[in-house]
Amino acid sequence: MADNPQKPARERPLSPHLSIYRWQVTMLGSITHRATGIALSVGALVLAWWLVAISNGPVGYDGFMRYAASPIGIIVMFGFTWSLAFHLLNGVRHLAWDMGYGFEKHTASRTGALVFAASLVIAVGAFLFAWTGHAGYLA
Amino acid sequence: MSSLETPLHRVRGLGASHSGTGHFWRQRVTALALVPLGLWFAFSVLGLVGANEVVALQYLAHPWNAILMAAFVLTLLYHMSLGLQVVVDDYVHGTASKIFLLLLIRFVALATASTSLFALIRISS
Repeated sequence: MADNPQKPARERPLSPHLSIYRWQVTMLGSITHRATGIALSVGALVLAWWLVAISNGPVGYDGFMRYAASPIGIIVMFGFTWSLAFHLLNGVRHLAWDMGYGFEKHTASRTGALVFAASLVIAVGAFLFAWTGHAGYLA
Repeated sequence: MSSLETPLHRVRGLGASHSGTGHFWRQRVTALALVPLGLWFAFSVLGLVGANEVVALQYLAHPWNAILMAAFVLTLLYHMSLGLQVVVDDYVHGTASKIFLLLLIRFVALATASTSLFALIRISS
C-alpha cells in the first residue's frame, strides 16, 4: 500500500493514444469538422461585420470591401468558403450517422474521402464561378 | 412513473457538462435548420459578389431575405455556442478557466446576435 495517495505504487497503464494510430480519413474528417467549425465561428463574426458595414452606407461598405478584396482577405474568404462547404457536407454525414446510416467501416471511409473531395471542388468551383464573372447575379 | 429520466440521471444530475442530452439534441436541431439556411446564404453571397453597397442593401432590405438572414445568423450563433462549448469541455479542464471560456462564448454569441439584428433592422428601415 502506498503511503502517499498522490503517488501511486506503480504506474497505471494508459490506453493507446493518438500517436499510436495510423492516420485514416475518418480521423482526419473528425478533427477537420472541429477545425472548420472553429474557423466558421470567426466567419460568423465577419458576417456580422459585413451586415454592419452594409447598414453603415457606401463608405462603411467600401471599408469592409477593402479588407475582403485584399490578397489576405481573398485567402481568408477562400478558407471560409471551403470550411462552410466541408462543415455542411460533413454535417449531413453526421446527421445520417445519428439516424443509423453509413456507419459501416468502408462506407464511413468512402463518404469521408468524398466529403473532402466534394468540398474542395465546391470551394474552387465557387471562386472560378466568381472570377469568370458569373457571380453577382443578384445585382 | 411519467418521467423518462433514467434512475442514474436522477441520482447524478445532468452529467459532466451539466446539460444532459439537451445539448446533443439542440446541436442536431440547429444543424438540420442550417442545411437549407446555409444553402440560401451561399446562394445570396455568391449572388452579391462584386455588388456595391446599394445592391446588397436592397437585397437584404427585402422582407424574405431579412427574415432568412436573421434566422441564419441566430441559428448559426446558437450552433456555434454549442459547438465551441464541446471544444472547451474536451480540452479545458480547470474549473475557473472553463467557466470563464463558456461565459465568453455565450457573451460573444449574444453580442454578435444583437449587433447583427440591429444592422438588419437598420438595413430594412
